[in-house]
Amino acid sequence: MNNILRSTARCLRPGAWHYRTAQNNGEMLSGWARLMCSSAGQKNMEEMVKKDKVVVFMKGTPVQPMCGFSNAVVQILRMHGVDSYAAYNVLDDQDIREGIKSFSNWPTIPQVYFNGEFVGGCDILLQMHQSGDLVEELQKLGIRSALLDQEKQS
Amino acid sequence: MSVTPDLIREKLIAEIGAIHVDVEDTSPNRCAASFKVLVVSPQFEGKALLQRHRLVNNCLAEELKEIHAFEQKTLTPEQWEKQKAQ
Repeated sequence: MNNILRSTARCLRPGAWHYRTAQNNGEMLSGWARLMCSSAGQKNMEEMVKKDKVVVFMKGTPVQPMCGFSNAVVQILRMHGVDSYAAYNVLDDQDIREGIKSFSNWPTIPQVYFNGEFVGGCDILLQMHQSGDLVEELQKLGIRSALLDQEKQS
Repeated sequence: MSVTPDLIREKLIAEIGAIHVDVEDTSPNRCAASFKVLVVSPQFEGKALLQRHRLVNNCLAEELKEIHAFEQKTLTPEQWEKQKAQ
């Protein structure tokens, strides 16, 4: 019983009045609290992917990737001159790690979002880069790929 | 039930009509079950990359819960022929 109260309280810390009723409806409320937490989590994910033009969920950071696939995404973006983007390190936050997989309905990390829309993982980004599609997609975001300027120079 | 290359191959053939599947077990390179697959299926025709990958993901939804890393390349039969010719 105490565990239920404690976990319920953790979820509902901002809302004091919920905590008092938890004592009466411990089990029912903890289920509801879990639902509250997960939908709050979903809302956060939506905000996160829409806040910036380019959003990457990865293992590690752009300066220090902790996984080959995440590193590949960072390198591809760097090649196109995309150096400023929102990067979330899922290794730092288990909620984000599970939240984004559930939100995107995609089982793996890294995950790339353009303008709030899910693009794919490392495989897709690599294929888009190789096919030239990535330059086009960046253009739609109002980002001019550095590769276009390289072509002009050569 | 542990995930094996054969299981992956069978599912892809059965559920998304794959005409060719290459499954590479890349687990030795990583810390846990990892696979790299090449899937050729006419069902990929007319579908964007993301849609193709989701098709594969849905087919292997149960297996992916146990897999740590997963790479995939999805081709239509026509793209596969072109690639072989290169």
